[in-house]
Amino acid sequence: MTNRLRPMASVPRSVWLLLACALLLQLGWRWNQNNDAVQAQPLPAPPPLAAVRLASLGDPLAMAKGWLLYLQAFEDQPGVSLPWRSLDYDHLAGWLETGLALDPRSQYALVAASEVYAGVSDPVRTRRMLDFVARSFHDDPTHRWPAMAQATLTAKHQLHDLPLALAYARQLRLQTAGVQVPPWVREMEAFILEDMDQLDSARIVLGGLIQDGQITDPHELAFLARRLDTLRRKLSKNVQ
Amino acid sequence: MHSPIILIARYTLLEALRSKLLWLFLLAACAALGLSGFLQQLALTESLAVQAALLAAVLRLASVFLLATFIVTSMAREAADKGTELLLALPMPRSSYLLGKLGGYAALAAVPALLFGALTALFAPAAQSALWAISLLGELWIVAAFSLLCAASLQHALPALAASSGFYVLARSVGGLQLLAHSQGSGPSWPRQAMASSIDGLALLLPRLDNFTRTEWLLYATGDWHALGMVAAQTAIYVTLLAACALCDFYRRNI
Repeated sequence: MTNRLRPMASVPRSVWLLLACALLLQLGWRWNQNNDAVQAQPLPAPPPLAAVRLASLGDPLAMAKGWLLYLQAFEDQPGVSLPWRSLDYDHLAGWLETGLALDPRSQYALVAASEVYAGVSDPVRTRRMLDFVARSFHDDPTHRWPAMAQATLTAKHQLHDLPLALAYARQLRLQTAGVQVPPWVREMEAFILEDMDQLDSARIVLGGLIQDGQITDPHELAFLARRLDTLRRKLSKNVQ
Repeated sequence: MHSPIILIARYTLLEALRSKLLWLFLLAACAALGLSGFLQQLALTESLAVQAALLAAVLRLASVFLLATFIVTSMAREAADKGTELLLALPMPRSSYLLGKLGGYAALAAVPALLFGALTALFAPAAQSALWAISLLGELWIVAAFSLLCAASLQHALPALAASSGFYVLARSVGGLQLLAHSQGSGPSWPRQAMASSIDGLALLLPRLDNFTRTEWLLYATGDWHALGMVAAQTAIYVTLLAACALCDFYRRNI
């Protein structure tokens, strides 16, 4: 069987002309579209979780990855790059919640919220992201403490909101009891109390950490003991 | 002398391998690797998990699409060329023809299952990848049996392809549909309850393909012998059911 084609000349000129015109029209059409004034699309509210699960065709994990990558790429729209502060953070939190609900063991949505979207220079939006992280932490402290620790640091150093940082640090200490976490996670509350000049409370928290046996490393214990001594000295100076 | 079933299975497999299907599977594997590799570069964190999840999903869809399309078009071509009539004129029961075809397609399904399973082993523990590949094989056998049933009974490529695609989508999403139907959305009402009961009835007829080839086995190593047993049992039951349906229809047909 041969696949030989007839010569080019066997195609009528009108057909060549039609082909050339159609090609030019297509190029012109796309060129025109590229030169249109670009208009950024706002982030819509996420569809209901049940609908997203249905659309995942029984593979919510792959859907979660694609979902969060789509969200991450949303700020880069054709011809325009959206700043984070122009995004609707309530909708953004909804998208992140959906991504987390599809794959609850993944850290992706929490990392995006605590380390990327919380970095916006707008305290209201930052708080919205920290609130999302704190609520998610409550559901699974064992796996989500890193994002909560990051949220505590953001509240302290970026928002300079020590009471909020203290509340987060306290949740970290209380909800990670019996969970394998680095000692500094539970010690954050004491250091924030010290920063807030609540030396007595800081001393109680540090003393409790040393006494309840959750910290076993001798260097860590020695460090905390030195810190406790410093606190005692500061307290006695304050009394004098 | 080989049994007619083995002979037909062998030639069905040969036909598939000579129609460049193997190259298509390889092309799909390369495209999936490229796409997932590109998306992995965009990930903020868990980049390997992102790549593994997207790769597994694309490979699964590609293998189902290619296998179902091949089965439907191959059966339609054979019917149009009167090859089916020629084979049925030979001294063998009709069941040999149909079971031979099913055997050939089942053997063909092992090609993507092995190839794609080996690819997922790049991102997951070997035992979990093996479970994923075996489960993909089961999923492909069910799809192959349903495509054969549709192709043999509908006899036209387009309706058979549409029916096979619809079956696959429904079997993968029936769990989600049940969740939606039983959610406490707008309160109980008789149309809602009737719809929920219909979906429950439909779910009884369909295999839960969303329990097959699970991405979480690759990402979180949650697969175990129980999961393998469930997949094997469901595959055996459903392939037998579909084969019986196809045989009933084929014996009644005036060819």
